[in-house]
Amino acid sequence: MNMLRAVMLALLLGLAFVASPVATAQAGEAGPSFPKAQGSCVDDPATMRRHHFDFLTHQRDDTLRAGIRGAKYSLKECVTCHASTAANGKPVPVNAPGQFCQSCHAYAAVTIDCFSCHATTPQTAEAKP
Amino acid sequence: MSQPTSRRDLLKAAAIGAVAIAPGLTLIAPAAARPLGTGASAANRWGLLIDTSKCDAGCTACVDACKTEMGLTGHDRPLTDSQYIRKVDVTDPASGHRHSLPVMCQHCAKPPCVDVCPTGASMKRADGIVLVDRHICIGCRYCMMACPYKARSFIHEDQSGQKPDNPRGKGCVESCTLCAHRIDAGGQPACVESCAKDGRAAMLFGDLNDPNSEISRRVSTEATSRIRADLGVEPAIRYQGI
Amino acid sequence: MKRVQYLAIPAWTPGWMMVMAALAVIIAIAGGAVLYMEHQGHWVTGMTNQVVWGMPHVFAIFLIVAASGALNVASIGSVFGREPYQPLGRLSALMAMALLAGGLGVLVLDLGRPDRLVVAITHFNVKSIFAWNVILYSGFFAVVGFYLWAMIDWRMKRAYKPAAITAFLWRLILTTGTGSIFGFLLARDAYNAAVMAPLFIAMSFAFGLALFILFILGATTALNRPLSMELVRRKGRLLGLFVAANLYFVAIQHVTALYMADRVAVETFLLLQGGLYTALFWGGQVLLGALVPLILVFRPNASRCRVRAASVLVVLGGIAQIYVILIGGQAFPLTLFPGMEVSSSFQDGLVAAYAPTAAEILLGLGGFALALLIAVIGASALRILPASLGDGDEATAEIILAEGDPVAAP
Ligand code: SF4
Ligand code: SF4
Repeated sequence: MNMLRAVMLALLLGLAFVASPVATAQAGEAGPSFPKAQGSCVDDPATMRRHHFDFLTHQRDDTLRAGIRGAKYSLKECVTCHASTAANGKPVPVNAPGQFCQSCHAYAAVTIDCFSCHATTPQTAEAKP
Repeated sequence: MSQPTSRRDLLKAAAIGAVAIAPGLTLIAPAAARPLGTGASAANRWGLLIDTSKCDAGCTACVDACKTEMGLTGHDRPLTDSQYIRKVDVTDPASGHRHSLPVMCQHCAKPPCVDVCPTGASMKRADGIVLVDRHICIGCRYCMMACPYKARSFIHEDQSGQKPDNPRGKGCVESCTLCAHRIDAGGQPACVESCAKDGRAAMLFGDLNDPNSEISRRVSTEATSRIRADLGVEPAIRYQGI
Repeated sequence: MKRVQYLAIPAWTPGWMMVMAALAVIIAIAGGAVLYMEHQGHWVTGMTNQVVWGMPHVFAIFLIVAASGALNVASIGSVFGREPYQPLGRLSALMAMALLAGGLGVLVLDLGRPDRLVVAITHFNVKSIFAWNVILYSGFFAVVGFYLWAMIDWRMKRAYKPAAITAFLWRLILTTGTGSIFGFLLARDAYNAAVMAPLFIAMSFAFGLALFILFILGATTALNRPLSMELVRRKGRLLGLFVAANLYFVAIQHVTALYMADRVAVETFLLLQGGLYTALFWGGQVLLGALVPLILVFRPNASRCRVRAASVLVVLGGIAQIYVILIGGQAFPLTLFPGMEVSSSFQDGLVAAYAPTAAEILLGLGGFALALLIAVIGASALRILPASLGDGDEATAEIILAEGDPVAAP
């Protein structure tokens, strides 16, 4: 019985810990800060904050395996809007410290696997087919 | 009873119409962009026809275009750098006759790489394009052992500066995608484009399932062959003059 | 049937601690090698886009093949009812599991993305012989583990025979699966042959028994437990039989290939002109790995020392054999245009050079160390090793002697 109680307590504590960054970010308090993107997102920010990884994981299979293009949640589009531009006019990688993806992931202590493969800056004009 | 008859007539008329328009159609670009939101379809079978009599050993336009398109910068290590497409120079020892041709993933209809892959990362799209799903590739390299065409490369080190249309990273296997991203947008592979522009115009891209496409027309009227056709993996890349 | 006494290896003795520490150090070094290779990427190894499987795979395949072979002793005792082998059944099952764990460890740590191992379980391609091997391997642990339990626990007596038969069949399928990894590669001239499956079974019998003999000889010496010379000789002769079977299938493999016109090139390469591979084949695999051990074990009154030497040679010859099959087969270029000479920027038409780096070899040795560590820990925790492997009256006396030992040891 003691064991069980301990496990429950640990789980509760864990839940509180996981929930806290999201909660604080919503409240607009000490959360991570990052450059603001231009325009509006494909979905409302609260939904994106909670589910962006599910959306991306789901859509990556549709795109790659079924060849469906142009669906709503595209990592390429995320990068297009959220990469900021440095003083010298060059785009800054979204996974650079303090940038959109990295700031929040660092805050929540979740590593990003995407950018070991995916481009971190938007498609440049001359690279377009 | 009368209804089916009329429907059949209608179909007949439609068929005649299609034939009539077809010759005009084949001269236009091979494919229209697929509507957004629809998937690759088994109605298509994308392929290439490469005329090796036009190709020569001095030209590497296709290879260079591929490297640029796919962001294959390399590390000056020829044994471990990725190559999606390469020029192979072939010499007949008996006659001394030489010719040169590009070899890439042959987008086999019965791909051994897909059969052996333990996770299903190696996969064939409905339209016959063979891809590596790098999200689930574990880097076991069994597909490289199985591919009869040596078409695959393993990524031997960390990558940076990838092209948005070709994500690639350390520890996974990769190969020619037939420029699926271009095909889905209604274009043709980068190698074919550059072969026509800067090369010897030896490559033709098209839909082998569409009887009215230029590639189908040529394949059905001219002698073509495939590399190691004896293996029975049914490549989508056809060659002339090998 | 005489009752067999089993005794755990006394743990925490100075000798035991030393062995453990040594093994742990080797495993730690291997771990370091893995971190280095994974961090840098595979370009720091000898492996390339031509030789995609290298030294780690040689070790891994050797261990996996030997694992199923190590189970043989138990099978001979229980499935085929040979009494002299029954006392060794427990050790045989334990070693089988330990070797498999060592081999799989090496295999997994050489993946390009070992962090995605869980993907190999959640995504399953039913057509892949490789994926089937994942099932065969995990099943092997379950089946052999149960078999071991049935041997140890007298309450499980009824399950003993069925467990033994299941384990025996499973190991045959397992090795067939491992051999088929090569047999199904239609593109590689050196591999694509049905004989690969039986060849791998013969190899497993020989390698597994050789490692088993070495462990028994080492353990009885270290623990000062009696070992009947007759048993050693009998095992030696059995090893000779397996080595001969292996040689027979190797002969079939190459002779049939020589009859196929399109295979002559790769055979000429391996058997005559392959430099290192040719030397390893004739010198390592055939002479040192087969002919010399055969002479050693079939000489009348082979001594303990001879059997040990034969076993060591079989192990080394086995590694050479797998090296020739695996690396030699990849070094020989793929045939894209039969009868033509080819060249390209991608090494077409060239014999690939491969030189294993230290990191790869260390990883492989780590696999051996891991297997041995598991075996020793297992034999220390459970009653695996017979108190005596002596014979006749001498044996019973020795049991008493031996039983006294562990108590006195700490
Ligand atoms: S050429 Fe090789 S990589 Fe491409 S589909 Fe065929 S087997 Fe697979
Ligand atoms: S390396 Fe990747 S794609 Fe190739 S067989 Fe292994 S998991 Fe499949």
